Amino acid sequence: MLELGRISKVYKVGAFGGKDLTAVRDVSFDVQAGEVVSLIGESGSGKSTIGKMILRLSPVTNGVITLDGVDISTFKRKQLKDYYRNVQGVFQDPFSCYNPIFKADRVIGMIKDEYFPEVSGPEWSGKVDASLEAVRLDPSQVLNKYPHQLSGGQLQRLLIARALLLDIKLLVADEIISMLDASTRIDVLNLLGDLKARGLGVLFITHDLSLGNYISEKTVILRRGRVVEMGVTDRVFGSPLHPYTKSLLASVPQLHKKWEQVEVELAAQGAGLSGRCVYHERYPSAGKAPGGDGGPPTLAEAEDGHFVACFRLDGDGTC
Amino acid sequence: MSRVSLRVANLRVHYRTLRGDVKALDGATFTVGDGEIMGLAGESGSGKSTLGKSLIRLDGRMRHVEGSVELDGKELPIWDSARMNTFRFREVSIIPQYAMSAMNPTRRIGRMVAELVESRGVGFGTVRPELERRLDLVQLSRDVLDSYPIELSGGMKQRMVMVISTLMNPSLLVADEITSALDVSTQKAVAETLVSFRDRGYVKSTIVITHDVSLVYQIADTIMVMYAGKLAEKAPTDVLVAAPRHPYTNLLISSLPEVGVRFSEKRLTGIPGSRPSRLQPPVGCRFRDRCPLAFEKCVEEPPFVEVERDHFVACWKAY
Repeated sequence: MLELGRISKVYKVGAFGGKDLTAVRDVSFDVQAGEVVSLIGESGSGKSTIGKMILRLSPVTNGVITLDGVDISTFKRKQLKDYYRNVQGVFQDPFSCYNPIFKADRVIGMIKDEYFPEVSGPEWSGKVDASLEAVRLDPSQVLNKYPHQLSGGQLQRLLIARALLLDIKLLVADEIISMLDASTRIDVLNLLGDLKARGLGVLFITHDLSLGNYISEKTVILRRGRVVEMGVTDRVFGSPLHPYTKSLLASVPQLHKKWEQVEVELAAQGAGLSGRCVYHERYPSAGKAPGGDGGPPTLAEAEDGHFVACFRLDGDGTC
Repeated sequence: MSRVSLRVANLRVHYRTLRGDVKALDGATFTVGDGEIMGLAGESGSGKSTLGKSLIRLDGRMRHVEGSVELDGKELPIWDSARMNTFRFREVSIIPQYAMSAMNPTRRIGRMVAELVESRGVGFGTVRPELERRLDLVQLSRDVLDSYPIELSGGMKQRMVMVISTLMNPSLLVADEITSALDVSTQKAVAETLVSFRDRGYVKSTIVITHDVSLVYQIADTIMVMYAGKLAEKAPTDVLVAAPRHPYTNLLISSLPEVGVRFSEKRLTGIPGSRPSRLQPPVGCRFRDRCPLAFEKCVEEPPFVEVERDHFVACWKAY
């Protein structure tokens, strides 16, 4: 459905934009209908930038993003509006997505004004009730209220309900639960799981590995703008190949398992990998820093549906 | 944990607002042993930060209602900000929630530390060798003393503040959400530094305030869980995680996704309902409305009592 083809993003930084900062480098992956793909990375890894490019909030420097085979960068006015009928985003901080002067359900009213002016009042409120029910909100509790009267979880679910009104195909969920309390965040996460059963594709952007692991079919691990490892969630978490993925997994605090124990387990798993670089075993001719136009792919398929980048971690190190 | 270092008895701290007192901390009685790292876990609004802050400094809106705090056998005059000055930094110290912005941006770090220790009547020259030793321990270069805070990364600032806070070898250290803004790998390093400070005797006991139970599970000796201004449960780490006695602890722990738990295989559930108002808290057990085990007796407030050695619970069902 959604496909990213070797996209890059270069920001101009410095006093007069004289310096380049490559936030995203040569990233390719796809999101299918009814699939949750988690995009995992630490701060500064470019994960939000990718979300912004998919939502057309930021132009792509290189590469193409296609939805059902159509390049999204060509969309203008009418087509762009149609694009947003299919693709919507929800962001980290639900409190700042609402105008505190207006009632919270104004975000829903605006959808009607923009996209469904011809729908009659009763039919529309039926639609609103159905989408609120889909996110398990009680209409009487959230409609006609101001943002400060609702909890973070309610506001966040209202934003998802707003996106669902449009009958979207793809939801870009950028850190949508990191602001929520532990006892309510799992409900929003389960909601994503239910929505995918209805055929929605979700790009779940997060820094939290355990959340990504819980909900997604596919996992993409980003580091400094590059994909280091990607594939079926089971494989990426079950038998990580890249040293960076392993170090991330070793640092996640887990319940019922201490850090030392996790380290021992990972070391045992990776015993056969020390001193090797799966990527350069596949593409011996690739340069030290793979990537760039026309070069070999940046990822090698280590096993069915499990891709890994060159194992090198630093600029001059060996892999 | 032979000797008790901190003894808090029936501590109540309220916030003054125009609509009345918010009972943020409503009667806390507990002890922390010598050399104990106690994790203080709870959701937002549970009163965990209020408890941590009240041990060191009550700000203008906070009012000490009743209760006493004893550190190493001496009473801490927490209601008297001026008298607390002799204890702060030397006896009790805090690593604040926003350590990122805790340092003076207009001073080089070394100069700031010098001003700080001199304000306590200690010459910078006498502490400098120890300061440098500790910088080595947290793997910061000594050059940071000649840098401005803005030149350091988030993780470096966090470690610098940790070194400064513990420079006078306080008896009690309060670490308030010190890892929540950090990436997983930095988070692990910071958490392990806390343990090494205890192991080296820089601090005697530590209270680690966090919303992340799995993080304190990694480093703490005991965990105390708070809910809506009350203590819910305190027990040795392994006991609390493996066999919690309070229904809230139990539900909280089972709502946390872990690496390895998948939505498709095991659907986790959150805690239905929302936390009660602390302006007019309900009578009886605060968790009653959301508790699956609630029965008639819960309209009486359960006392926080020791049900097994070192295991305290406030729930009628647990006795």
